[in-house]
Amino acid sequence: MLRSYEIRDLIEWDQRIRDVVAEFGLDCFPQEFEICDHNQMLGYMAYSGMPSHYPHWSYGKAYEKLKTLYDHGVSGLPYEMVINSNPALAYLMRDNTLSLQILTIAHVYGHNDFFKNNFTFQTTRPEFVIGAMKSHGQRVRSYIESPSIGIDRVEQVLDAAHALSLQCRRNLAIRKLSEDELRQRKLEAAEPREDPFARVHKRQTSDEPDLHKVPLEPEEDLLLFIRDYNPFLEEWQRDLLTIVHEEAQYFIPQIETKIMNEGWATFWHKRILERLELPQDLHLEFLVRHNQVVRPVPGGLNPYHIGWKIWEDIYRRYEQPDPEEEPTLESGVRSGMEKIFSVRAADRDASFLRRHLTERLVRELNLFEYRVRGGDWVVTEVADDDGWRKIKETLIRSVGMNNVPVIKVEDADFGHQRMLLLVHEHDGRDLHLEYAEKTLAYVYQLWGRDVALQTLVNGKKVLLQYGERGFTTRQLTR
Amino acid sequence: MAVPESIFRPFSPSDAERSDRAAGDRLRHRQKVRQCIRDNIADIIAEEAIIGKDGSRIIKVPIRGIKEYRFVYGDNVPGVGQGEGDLEPGQVLRRGEGEGEGKPDRAGDRPGVDYYETDVTLDELVDIMFEDLELPDLERRKLRELPAQRILRRKGYRPAGLRIRLDKRRTVKSKVRRRLATQRRSELGLGDRFPFHEDDLTYRHMVPDIKEESNAVVLCMMDTSGSMDTMKKYLARSFFFLLYQFVRTKYRNVELVFIAHHTEAREVTEEEFFHKGESGGTFISSAYQKALEIVRERYHPSLWNVYAFHCSDGDNFEADNPAALKLAEELCEVCNLFGYGEIKPLGSRYYEGSMLQLFRRVEAENFHTVLIERKEDVWPSFKAFLARDRARE
Repeated sequence: MLRSYEIRDLIEWDQRIRDVVAEFGLDCFPQEFEICDHNQMLGYMAYSGMPSHYPHWSYGKAYEKLKTLYDHGVSGLPYEMVINSNPALAYLMRDNTLSLQILTIAHVYGHNDFFKNNFTFQTTRPEFVIGAMKSHGQRVRSYIESPSIGIDRVEQVLDAAHALSLQCRRNLAIRKLSEDELRQRKLEAAEPREDPFARVHKRQTSDEPDLHKVPLEPEEDLLLFIRDYNPFLEEWQRDLLTIVHEEAQYFIPQIETKIMNEGWATFWHKRILERLELPQDLHLEFLVRHNQVVRPVPGGLNPYHIGWKIWEDIYRRYEQPDPEEEPTLESGVRSGMEKIFSVRAADRDASFLRRHLTERLVRELNLFEYRVRGGDWVVTEVADDDGWRKIKETLIRSVGMNNVPVIKVEDADFGHQRMLLLVHEHDGRDLHLEYAEKTLAYVYQLWGRDVALQTLVNGKKVLLQYGERGFTTRQLTR
Repeated sequence: MAVPESIFRPFSPSDAERSDRAAGDRLRHRQKVRQCIRDNIADIIAEEAIIGKDGSRIIKVPIRGIKEYRFVYGDNVPGVGQGEGDLEPGQVLRRGEGEGEGKPDRAGDRPGVDYYETDVTLDELVDIMFEDLELPDLERRKLRELPAQRILRRKGYRPAGLRIRLDKRRTVKSKVRRRLATQRRSELGLGDRFPFHEDDLTYRHMVPDIKEESNAVVLCMMDTSGSMDTMKKYLARSFFFLLYQFVRTKYRNVELVFIAHHTEAREVTEEEFFHKGESGGTFISSAYQKALEIVRERYHPSLWNVYAFHCSDGDNFEADNPAALKLAEELCEVCNLFGYGEIKPLGSRYYEGSMLQLFRRVEAENFHTVLIERKEDVWPSFKAFLARDRARE
């Protein structure tokens, strides 16, 4: 029988869960829970969980889509949502059973600990995020309501900014150099090397570095670059670009750690619930629910499952390694716990998979690689002796921000016509050309002058250009 | 490490009621979808057979422009999935689905599957189209909300019939009559109950009313020579569509005839009518000849109201003009209303031929010509065209 609950049951179980959490050594922000119904949950999902957010039609579209899928029973709702904030905010579905609420609360503490301790989140300023989002919302609304701006112009800028929002720096732990520092660095690099045999060598030639070039180094933050170097933007337009950029930067760590984060929360809810000594009926239901969460999706990829399996595997290898695994272990690490806590702090999905997804796991998880050929989904690699490495590489390339093409501003005055030249750092994957064309139109809109994007299409170097006369492509000879 | 005390905020029904936070953004999104449909309406109307169709028919409308574009990788990029252990390289997982539903999930931030098409009913589409034509609301109501005509007529009374057609007055009368007759014979007391007998029941008898004057036929004639492009066809189609919708509100039985012509005329289906692009020149007379034949054979003017409309870009062979003129006059004699619409998207007027000059010589009262240059012209032209009809009534 499924047990229903009262708020005081939740408070009681939460107390016990927190004791176990502390015992395991998880390190969490204070936690707030809000009970909501399915309509509120759909609303939170459409707005990435934020209690307040600026308005834009794309969130309406997201809502409609979620609601349609939910109403037709295609997909259910998550049991919870957790916000990376301090205090952390989590939503619990009112209609869930007691056992599911207990599982969810335990799961939430896993996410909470991850947010607080993983290095990618160190720049997200969780104390301020709720307030910042609220202020963004107020600013955007004030522009919409302003008689001299209005919703159409605001939307135009937001549409374009959304298209570019993920074209930004990925590793925020690396400090961005200031203009002066970059200039300094360029000058230093251009200085002739100290040469003890200067007398016998030919005189070194040193080229004067071009310190007037904009940008000095290829720049990845597209929105910020346009904000700072398009002098014709109005103040409110600059502000919108700033807002969209800030929000994207806040969400990037979550994109970058999806598998780790879900796996971590799953790893912990399981352990915590096993420690709680649940009454038998609750425990049985918990087992069923847990299996639903980690059930692999045939043909797809369930981050809960993959992530959880990898965490379990790391733990096992440091607790009871097989003899052939011994040499691969990090020296000086005494326990599985110690290892997983250090991994939780120092990795993101790409490095997590690279370091900890072993051949054995690739086989055990039955991972395979597929490609689309003539509209069909075709298996191209399976987990055999050669295949597993390729599968792992492909997986690493498709997680987190690795799935967003790297595009940098190369020159703001290309051809001395203030044309913006972007360069796609091609890594074997071609851009989707229809999307590139439409996105380039947005860049053009924000930049106000012609824009060009250099990339490879079928191995040939091409320049995609967008200007007054629309979209053109040109093959480059060099 | 102790975990700080947490806070629980219980469910608040009043908050939940107030919390339809996505309402504004959803409305805006829906406006955008509608705008997309409106932008594509020329294509939709040019693609779908809709003129003679029922209003609840669902039309798939492709939507472009509601997608959220970003820089993303193309389709030649491999992905990773989880199998059940029995996969072989080369095995086909899913066949021919391409982009869209059923795509294996990918980790990371791929743009989700966007709406590629949406379903609207024909009535909604008509709404949007009327909006497109900037129809004043009142006019729309007038055209679309006229009551349907009776399809049955009373004809005498019968002793049996449907309950709903029971004529209570006659039934009671019959009972009273029977009672009086019985009383005189057997002298029964007045207070006794006197029940209805089956013979008292009288039903109204209804027969289907075949009103001959409620038949109408709309003859759609169109030039399908090479010079009629999509835009011109859209304008023509809008006009035919309005005409059909209008005629349908006035007559119970409305038939449609499509005549396509270039140098020869053929009766075709709606689909062919709007799709067949043929090359070559134009003999307008051929269409009128064909129309006259069809009217003579199937839609005799004593039984049918004939509405004929011909759309062309006016590019007729000079030598055909006298014949066209003569046949147009003949058509006027058999039609309630005959119209000629010349469709010339702006700017093309100066280098293409025109029949408008020629048709000025037609003297029949029920003949009307219109010039359509833009979609905004369709509605005023349509009103002007019908004004002729009203004047005659």
